[in-house]
Amino acid sequence: MIRLSTQPFEPGAELTAFCAGRTESGAVASFVGIARAEAGQSTALELEAYPGFTEVEIARFAREAIARFSLHDVLVVHRHGVLAPGEPIVLVATAAAHRREAFEACDYLMDYLKSRAPFWKKEHGPGGARWVEPTARDLDDIARWD
Amino acid sequence: MRVLLFGRLADVAGWRERAFDPAPASLTALKALLATEDALLGEALSGRGVQVAVDKAIVRGELALATAAEVAFLPPMSGG
Repeated sequence: MIRLSTQPFEPGAELTAFCAGRTESGAVASFVGIARAEAGQSTALELEAYPGFTEVEIARFAREAIARFSLHDVLVVHRHGVLAPGEPIVLVATAAAHRREAFEACDYLMDYLKSRAPFWKKEHGPGGARWVEPTARDLDDIARWD
Repeated sequence: MRVLLFGRLADVAGWRERAFDPAPASLTALKALLATEDALLGEALSGRGVQVAVDKAIVRGELALATAAEVAFLPPMSGG
């Protein structure tokens, strides 16, 4: 399931619900991305999505991950709008029969989200605002899977 | 036709969404119109990594555009 939210979400509650009732998935891996304060240099993070496109693109990629890693299920919850430091930006959870597939798929999905998912990210700080684009490391990370 | 700008492109242009009537007949014509109105935006639109979505599907190259099309210009993406 893919969900965009303009409101804060609670990763623990999301993960509990995602694990509930699973009797055949021996492994659930998860990742939570949190907005950093950068020692006061980042006072807010603004994330822009393209509603109706962003969810569909993430879902398409999630289906690819499900096939590639034989996943039982995927959950992506992603904030957009304005976030304060310390607030969760994203939760990715993957369910599989065994842990290796769950871990790897979680890593894969995060690499995708960082550099290819339709979001635009602006960091606000004392010196003004700047657009954050994928770093060289983000691009190397996603290229590992090609 | 609806034209949407995302991320830094909207900052460059000073708008996020505009209606065009009459609608340019192709992607090239739309880009030329935008560049004529605003040279900085024109330059930003042809910048590296800018993708185009028509009716919420990524397109590449030249394309004829329907009058009712929604055209979105997407600069390099970054989530997570």
